[in-house]
Amino acid sequence: MQEIPINTVTSANVVLELIYRLKIKDVMTTTLVTATKETSLRQIQEIMRREKITGLPIVMGKRLIGLVSMDDIIQALDEGYIEDQAQEHMSRNLIILEDDMPISFAINYFDRYRYHRFPVLNKHKELVGMITNRDITNALLIEINREVEELEKRSRRVEGGILSQEMYTYYIMKNDFENAGHASTEIKKRLKSASVAPQIIRRAAIASYELEMNIVVHSDGGQLIAEYGEDTLTITAKDSGPGIEDVDAALEAGYSTASEWIRSLGFGAGMGLPNARSVADTFHITSSPEGTTVEVSITLRAVEEHTDES
Amino acid sequence: MRVEELATVKEFEAIHIADKDRAVSTGYCGDLLSDVMANAPAQSVLMTIQAHKNTIAVASLVGISALVICNGRTVGADMLDAAREEEISIFVTDLNHFEAAAKVMALLERGDAGTH
Repeated sequence: MQEIPINTVTSANVVLELIYRLKIKDVMTTTLVTATKETSLRQIQEIMRREKITGLPIVMGKRLIGLVSMDDIIQALDEGYIEDQAQEHMSRNLIILEDDMPISFAINYFDRYRYHRFPVLNKHKELVGMITNRDITNALLIEINREVEELEKRSRRVEGGILSQEMYTYYIMKNDFENAGHASTEIKKRLKSASVAPQIIRRAAIASYELEMNIVVHSDGGQLIAEYGEDTLTITAKDSGPGIEDVDAALEAGYSTASEWIRSLGFGAGMGLPNARSVADTFHITSSPEGTTVEVSITLRAVEEHTDES
Repeated sequence: MRVEELATVKEFEAIHIADKDRAVSTGYCGDLLSDVMANAPAQSVLMTIQAHKNTIAVASLVGISALVICNGRTVGADMLDAAREEEISIFVTDLNHFEAAAKVMALLERGDAGTH
């Protein structure tokens, strides 16, 4: 049996972060080949051969009602009922996955059950895709390659040295108050190790924290990208939706769409974007239902010899 | 003054002292973390009721030396872990923000009087 040789508990942190961040809908096959319950097993065998697949979902409209696998076809040939309709022999007790689950679920399922593929349903219980372990390995290889490139770039940096051409991407999840502030803390540490003036670090910390919290509180998840130039820090916050309905209002102090719960934690006072804008040297925002991007830059200045710090 | 002097207030219970010699030069009261972020001075002690991890993140980012958690709110283990990691001291008190701030102000004034 093929298993995915990654475990979902003790693997490297980078890998763990990946398998919890990547959603099933990001890696599944969405071009579906299906059959109806009246389709004969012989026709299904023909479809499998033509499409080079080993399992076919049986649907009524968008609703999944069964699955016919290669094993079912072999058995049908063996026992002489290959002309029967799918509904007479298809598997009806199906194990399914949901498109919003992280791929860690899928990895666990492939380990636990002997199936080679799982149907994927959306929250309306409609069939939206199929996932095989090959889909997962491919997606992981692409992502791990990207992470390794980033790690290589990071390991080239000189600790405490001056800043130039470094770029870090932090992935931020919706409602993840647990890890909120991590990206901002990392940015602050990096500036501190480069001996940037404390007033400048404070402004960078405020901008990055507000943008980070906005992703946690208001978006469906996104990323914070910190780019260090020789004399400028650019922070870009990108999310994948749902967008800000009234950008002008969101830039007014006190305007908020946050829930009571979020307010009770001390957030959502409508000061996030105004705070970020007030500390930044440049500020740009674009928003649509597909996502919001905020880019701020802060001019960096080192601690001066004669600086009179409070 | 220094963080350890906050422990001399009998209504304050020290639940984590990260650096007893860290300087405290002023205070700030607030429960809106964005406001704290924008306005709390560095080297301050923050009076707040926000007893959760995110307060530690904010304190660390703006350089707050210590937190006084008011109104008898309890501090969870995850907040304490974060405080250890970010080296922020935490006191808890049954006093409200105003009463706690008055105690801190008295300490700061006494400190000033001592040095002049």
